[in-house]
Amino acid sequence: MRNIRFSRRDVLKGSTALAVGAIFAEPVRAAPPPASAITPALIEAAKKEGKCSFYTAMDLQFAEQFGKAFEAKFPGVAVRVERSGAERVFTRIAQEYSSNIHAVDVVNTADQAHCIVWKRNNWLAAYVPQDVAQHYDKGYYDADGFEVVTRILVSPIAYNTDLVKKEEAPKSFADLLDPKWAGKMVKAHPAYSGTIMNSTFQVARDLGWEYFEKLAKQRVMQVQSATDTPKKIALGERAVMVDGAGYLVIREKEAGKPVEIVYPTEGTPLATGPSAIFKAAPNPNAARLFFNWMHSRDGQQMLVDVARQYSPHKQTVEKPGVRKLSDIKLMKEDPEGVEKGAEEIKRRYAQIFKV
Amino acid sequence: MTIAVSDPPARMTHGFDYTKLVLYGFALVLCVLIVLPMSWLVYYAFVDKDGAFTLRNFATLVNDPTLLDPLITTFTLAFSTSLICCVVAAPMGWLVARTDMPLRRTVRLLVTASFVTPPFLGAIAWELLAAPNSGLINKVYRIVTGADADSHLFNIYSFPGLIFVVTCYTFPYVFVLVANALERTPSELEDASSILGASTWETARRVTVPLVLPAILAGALVAFLQAMTLFGSPAILALPAGFHTMTTKIWSLFQYPPKPELAAAASLPLLILTVILLRAEHTILGRRSYAVLGGKNSDPRLIRLGWLRWVALAMCFIVLLNPVFLPYAALFNATFSKVASQFISFSNFTVHNIHFVLFELSATKLALYNTFVLGIATATIGTVIAVVISYLTTREAVTGHKALGFLATAPVAIPGIVLGVGLFLSYTRPPFVLYGTLWILLLAFLTLAMPAAYQQMQSAFKAIHPELEDASRILGATRLKALRQITAPLLRTSVIATWCFVFVGTIRELSAAVMLFTSETKVISVLIFDLNESGDLAAISVLGLIMLVVTSGIVALANRLRLGGGSVRLRDN
Repeated sequence: MRNIRFSRRDVLKGSTALAVGAIFAEPVRAAPPPASAITPALIEAAKKEGKCSFYTAMDLQFAEQFGKAFEAKFPGVAVRVERSGAERVFTRIAQEYSSNIHAVDVVNTADQAHCIVWKRNNWLAAYVPQDVAQHYDKGYYDADGFEVVTRILVSPIAYNTDLVKKEEAPKSFADLLDPKWAGKMVKAHPAYSGTIMNSTFQVARDLGWEYFEKLAKQRVMQVQSATDTPKKIALGERAVMVDGAGYLVIREKEAGKPVEIVYPTEGTPLATGPSAIFKAAPNPNAARLFFNWMHSRDGQQMLVDVARQYSPHKQTVEKPGVRKLSDIKLMKEDPEGVEKGAEEIKRRYAQIFKV
Repeated sequence: MTIAVSDPPARMTHGFDYTKLVLYGFALVLCVLIVLPMSWLVYYAFVDKDGAFTLRNFATLVNDPTLLDPLITTFTLAFSTSLICCVVAAPMGWLVARTDMPLRRTVRLLVTASFVTPPFLGAIAWELLAAPNSGLINKVYRIVTGADADSHLFNIYSFPGLIFVVTCYTFPYVFVLVANALERTPSELEDASSILGASTWETARRVTVPLVLPAILAGALVAFLQAMTLFGSPAILALPAGFHTMTTKIWSLFQYPPKPELAAAASLPLLILTVILLRAEHTILGRRSYAVLGGKNSDPRLIRLGWLRWVALAMCFIVLLNPVFLPYAALFNATFSKVASQFISFSNFTVHNIHFVLFELSATKLALYNTFVLGIATATIGTVIAVVISYLTTREAVTGHKALGFLATAPVAIPGIVLGVGLFLSYTRPPFVLYGTLWILLLAFLTLAMPAAYQQMQSAFKAIHPELEDASRILGATRLKALRQITAPLLRTSVIATWCFVFVGTIRELSAAVMLFTSETKVISVLIFDLNESGDLAAISVLGLIMLVVTSGIVALANRLRLGGGSVRLRDN
């Protein structure tokens, strides 16, 4: 760590400058496939396959509900949810593919960088659902049709309202360095969670790694999943969550738990969660049907209403209780930077936080 | 336990001796099970990414503080655990074996219960109990003492917390060794001491303790070994506390981008140390010949404790609160609560968790299926192999039987996580691509189960005098017929007991499974581990209770058959 030749931050800045907005603006190599609707033939073929293997980083309870809603709409096609942290899902797929195991049909991650790698490896199938072509901004799907953003996540700060008074609550990342929060915070891990991988990248870029070095001195409880930190503050195990899935804080709050969200003044880390179909999917038709439904107005509205996530679908109706994405000061997402820096982030993080 | 007939039974002189074929067949199977993964492990430890010979992996291991710290932590953990286990378990073993303390059988049974509780489940239950703020015990503490919201009695996410939980599920090893040794120690020696005028306590100090010391030392080594190679509890408790042990570090080296060379290099010290410790245990126990001297031992004399026996019993139950009563209660509570860390009440009661696990969680069915298929397959195949090898070795039926016995015991020295790494390296590339199938897990579980199964079947065979078989052979039966008509009926209960213990050991295995599973081959232990990482504690409790019910049912069945549960060493993981 000490003998790094040039500052990591410089590199990140450099790659950011190159990469901002570049991911979807690559020169189009091939025309995207024509938009596909859900046809009776597709449904029939999917039913013949009977199942779809869905690797995802979504919160488990919602992922299962999501799968069940699909099964209700298309009886005869079962969705098997394989949930883990996005970085774990990424590792799993890499391990399976390197042993020629093609078990995954559809993947939904929380880290755009993964799709860069999969696309480069030529593992993905191009498929653009009709709704995506009609109702999604071009920035939300791949020009070649290999991936579509399914959900937009933020990783805010949050606190337990029983343990922290509103006026004493932290307002910014800088506030968390106050000694009064020592031993009272919980944080998720970038080697497990894609949301946290992105938020670590963005916070390190904007506030510097020194920020994490200072934070590590605060005796932070280290959990793995970004879906776990909201649960830990809802249980009252820790007073403040440094990072984690914002949507789950809202869900916990709406379930009557004493939690409140804080959008830090420095900006809230952002992670768009894309989905993709694998070329070697064992159930290609069920995969396309599920993928199509996921990005339809039905699926997306469920994401807004039940999961409390942000949808890229223009026709979805917002449900009160969530701050509009446009009203939140967001940190800039940089998938290419994350893709290049992931290994270094994990290494450096492990050095600072010891796990 | 000497065998009267010293000559090996006469070999068949006519026709082809099929037992030779069996010997070579089984030797080959055992070699594939053990030698192949371990060779790959050693190979990987000494090569770089391009396959050239290097010592760089070991240099990295020693120079990188994120790798060296876990090594030190692991030793401290193992040493402390081993020490506390002896301090707690040896007196308990003595109380149960040698005193008139009431409810001795119940205490034994409860120790068995902590024995069969998967340590990772115990660790999760202790999260529910003693997380500093949301833990049930700490909540009660704050209510009772009126302490402020920040204070806590226990913090399970700490190094002492980890030592505590590991000790909870390791002390039975010491207990069983000590209690069994004391029960086997002839009371004649103690009688002699009393007759010569020594007081009860002097006899205990000068005769009983020296007799049982080897068992305590052996227990300390086993406890050290268990704590050192444990994966589940550190992964659950150490990571939130901000430190790694060797096993969790090895496991994290497989995260993307995987560093198998480093993982292999980090596995080797664990492997070597395990071998050394087991040799030490063998040496210590090997000297304990006086404990089983003589033919007819009278029952050990029970020491009268007077009113102290109630104190002793209370102490035992206080100890047993920690591995059994409290964790089970916490899991039960979490199963039926809306909020895992709140006590069941009218407003908090729910059956949603059970519904979720059984009907909504799409991974449950497959994981249950995989677990039971693997449990049954491992238990069946493992028992068959153990029976055949024990027969060949105890009856010295073929030349080279000693090598077979050694091969069957060797996996004792392979920690689960190390075997996982070895198997992963062996079977993820051609010519044998087993990764992604249940076969690779079957291989792992078979290897891990082999020593216990073999030891149990071997002692069962030793207990049956070969003259029964010889009589049958003399009367004209072939070896196989003698086996079928004479030996098999006598062995039936031992076989069933072995089957049960392999089954129980298999369905709780985590450390090898966590290295080898894919989405299609997930087992319950891995599913529980996954759920812990995403904080779904209620779902874990339901799955955990299912697992405990199945396990206790099987153990109860095996105990019904009155078969030496004590001598079986289940693996922790």
